[in-house]
Amino acid sequence: MWIDPSRPVPRALVTHGHADHARSGHGAVWATPETLAIMALRYGTEMGTPVPYGEGFEHGGVKISFHPAGHVLGSAQILLEHAGERVVVTGDYKRRFDPTCTPFEPVACDVLITEATFGLPVFTHPPIEDEIAKLLAAREANVDGCIVVGAYALGKAQRVIAELRRAGYDAPIYIHGAMQKMCDLYAAHNVPLGELIMATGLAKSELKGAIVIAPPSAMNDRWAQRLPEPITAMASGWMRVRQRARQRNVELPLVISDHADWNELTDTLLELRPSETWITHGRTDALGRWCELHQLKARALDLIGREDEDEG
Amino acid sequence: MQAFAALIDGLIYTRSRDLKIRLIADYLRITPDPDRGWALAALAGTLNIATVKSAAIRAMAEERFDPMLFRMSRDYVGDTAETVALMWPDKSGGDAAPTVSEVIDLLNSTSRARAPAVLAELMDRLDANGRYALLKLATGGMRVGISARLAKTAFGQAFGVSVDDVEEVWHALRPPYTELFAWGEGRTERPDPADSAFFRPFMLAHPLEDGSVHLDEFVAEWKWDGIRIQIASTGGETRLFSRGGDEVTGSFPEIAAAFNGVGVVDGELLVRGDVQGGEAASFNALQQRLGRKNVTAAMQAEYPVFVRLYDILFDGAEDVRGQPWTARRDRLERFTANLNPARFDLSAVIAARDFEHLAEIRAAAREAAIEGVMLKRRDSLYLAGRKVGLWYKWKREPLVADCVMMYAQRGSGKRSSYYSDYTFGCWTEDGNLLPVGKAYSGFSDDELKWLDRFVRNNTVARFGPVREVEKSLVLEVAFDAVHESKRHKSGVAMRFPRISRLRRDKPAEEADTISALRAMFD
Repeated sequence: MWIDPSRPVPRALVTHGHADHARSGHGAVWATPETLAIMALRYGTEMGTPVPYGEGFEHGGVKISFHPAGHVLGSAQILLEHAGERVVVTGDYKRRFDPTCTPFEPVACDVLITEATFGLPVFTHPPIEDEIAKLLAAREANVDGCIVVGAYALGKAQRVIAELRRAGYDAPIYIHGAMQKMCDLYAAHNVPLGELIMATGLAKSELKGAIVIAPPSAMNDRWAQRLPEPITAMASGWMRVRQRARQRNVELPLVISDHADWNELTDTLLELRPSETWITHGRTDALGRWCELHQLKARALDLIGREDEDEG
Repeated sequence: MQAFAALIDGLIYTRSRDLKIRLIADYLRITPDPDRGWALAALAGTLNIATVKSAAIRAMAEERFDPMLFRMSRDYVGDTAETVALMWPDKSGGDAAPTVSEVIDLLNSTSRARAPAVLAELMDRLDANGRYALLKLATGGMRVGISARLAKTAFGQAFGVSVDDVEEVWHALRPPYTELFAWGEGRTERPDPADSAFFRPFMLAHPLEDGSVHLDEFVAEWKWDGIRIQIASTGGETRLFSRGGDEVTGSFPEIAAAFNGVGVVDGELLVRGDVQGGEAASFNALQQRLGRKNVTAAMQAEYPVFVRLYDILFDGAEDVRGQPWTARRDRLERFTANLNPARFDLSAVIAARDFEHLAEIRAAAREAAIEGVMLKRRDSLYLAGRKVGLWYKWKREPLVADCVMMYAQRGSGKRSSYYSDYTFGCWTEDGNLLPVGKAYSGFSDDELKWLDRFVRNNTVARFGPVREVEKSLVLEVAFDAVHESKRHKSGVAMRFPRISRLRRDKPAEEADTISALRAMFD
């Protein structure tokens, strides 16, 4: 049995629906009902066994259960229990409030396998309210143009939309065609997103003063050239570092991430105090160093097929 | 400080030049004195806080952060000030943030030893963007893609005055430029610094790409490979300025002492090769004199300097910049006749029948101190900056050598995620590679991506931020000159090396040898 395997395998446990975790073509899949719905939407006729949060099953003497990770809709940590030993795989997670998914639940464990995407002390994500306020202020200041926000189609896009609604923005929000189905899926899972309109094919004049959400890949291609004087925004934890934003030609960086920042990563380790921590996905060296400084036993778990830096 | 921090961030993320100018202009209009003057100085690169050097920032970081975590973060971010600003624990809140002038006053009134503590207290009163702006302000280098010229242009736009008028008085004024703002806002006349010796902006040349000019309209002079210098003297006071307007009088006291004219002249500072009476030596000799605040008598004797004069801006108190080159040349010849010939001479006009003849003369010139040819319109006025169609520089063809990449290092700033700085070597007689130079320019963005991948996939060892690579990639390196160097193990050093081509086709064994480089010595 594998967790988030990158190649097709007979039996897979899947933490959440992002493409680098949920691949297609496995024999049998166990995941939360929401994650299975996302996989079905992305890969067509994906079959699997739904495991709701807090529930589990046994396989080969190991008890397996799923627990909320707070990353995106349906995202889960996976707890493995065997002979009194508890291993938790966090998958991707965050500790902050997110109106689009169930919040992270700390799960006591002996071994924690943690992500470390933002595992450098320079990454502290500011309150999302501040970033949404920046976005709304930029829209106010550019009523003749539009703001196009780069955001991943699964999770980030819906979170930005839901946070705009929470901030009282009730005008229609325009979305790139590639996001429509995922937004519908969120709405069907009781995540209200308000009025969404497909931006593709609309005249420039109709998009004046609009907020347009698009996948990052669409930002620099011809699709974006049809927008009226767009200001390029990007919602990502990487926007914390100025030169990263500049390299991507971003004019309005929004530090919004669905991953734990440095403080969330380290606070979680202090809260759970696992007897051993395995670090994967990201800056294993820096978080490992922090563990060493705090007398926590840790080691890096290098995953095959991942570069040592800078991806994402 | 928040308004200044917002300006800095706005400038970092804005691509359009016009928008950048508008951002600065808006800030200068609404911000009170003296904050805006300090900000203008910071943008134009004239702010110098003597108590804070970048070492102070590093010291502050080392005291607070684990050195390994700091180094990893610094490597990732690519900028020390930003790394410290981001790692710093956030204690800000409320309205405790200092103003720009409060920051300047506090830092200017402290000692170098106390500065890190003062800086740390200020850091605690700011948010992450404020901390970044503070550290950039304190250390000088803003790195926001703003030239001094653009900052002055923004000042001009903010107050509806011409940028040339700003340039004219700029160098006679000091931060926080309150007289400049008073004039901009129409409260006073333009400041008149006529009684002091100060810098006037240089006239600069465009490269003559593939075109040609007619010698009836243009005059040709040698382009000398020294440092461009301006001498300004009121009779009582003589000061020397480098191309950017920095004063360099202290580095070349014998020039200032020997200058007995009144006016402002433009020339090239050179070192005499075979001491007095000899010709100009290569730039390498001049390098011995550069960057020294004080020079010993022995230095002055060993590397005697002189100025080869190109032009005259003020003849006595008379501004002659509005006269054509031919008239200024007459004046310059008369002016130079009264100067000490050991220290000052005229840059000769090249006698060429036509452009083809000039090309032949240029190709034949092998003198070390000649960088190429200057072409100046005979009727050109002396205008600040680079004006189209008036002056051209026509450099000698660069030299090239095939070298092998040995080490790579990550770049800074925009390139901080790429391995973009390359050390390359040539072969010794017994088949070893020795480094001969380092280059970080000359390639396209696509080539950079390719080079970066090459480095990552061919790393054989890591030394901190440096990667040693498989010695397999040949780089064609272009450079302006190569000379003897005691500092390098290979014994050679290149002047202005840059990557001219990636020679993926060429086996590393066929790259050039160090003796081939030696054969190119001037």
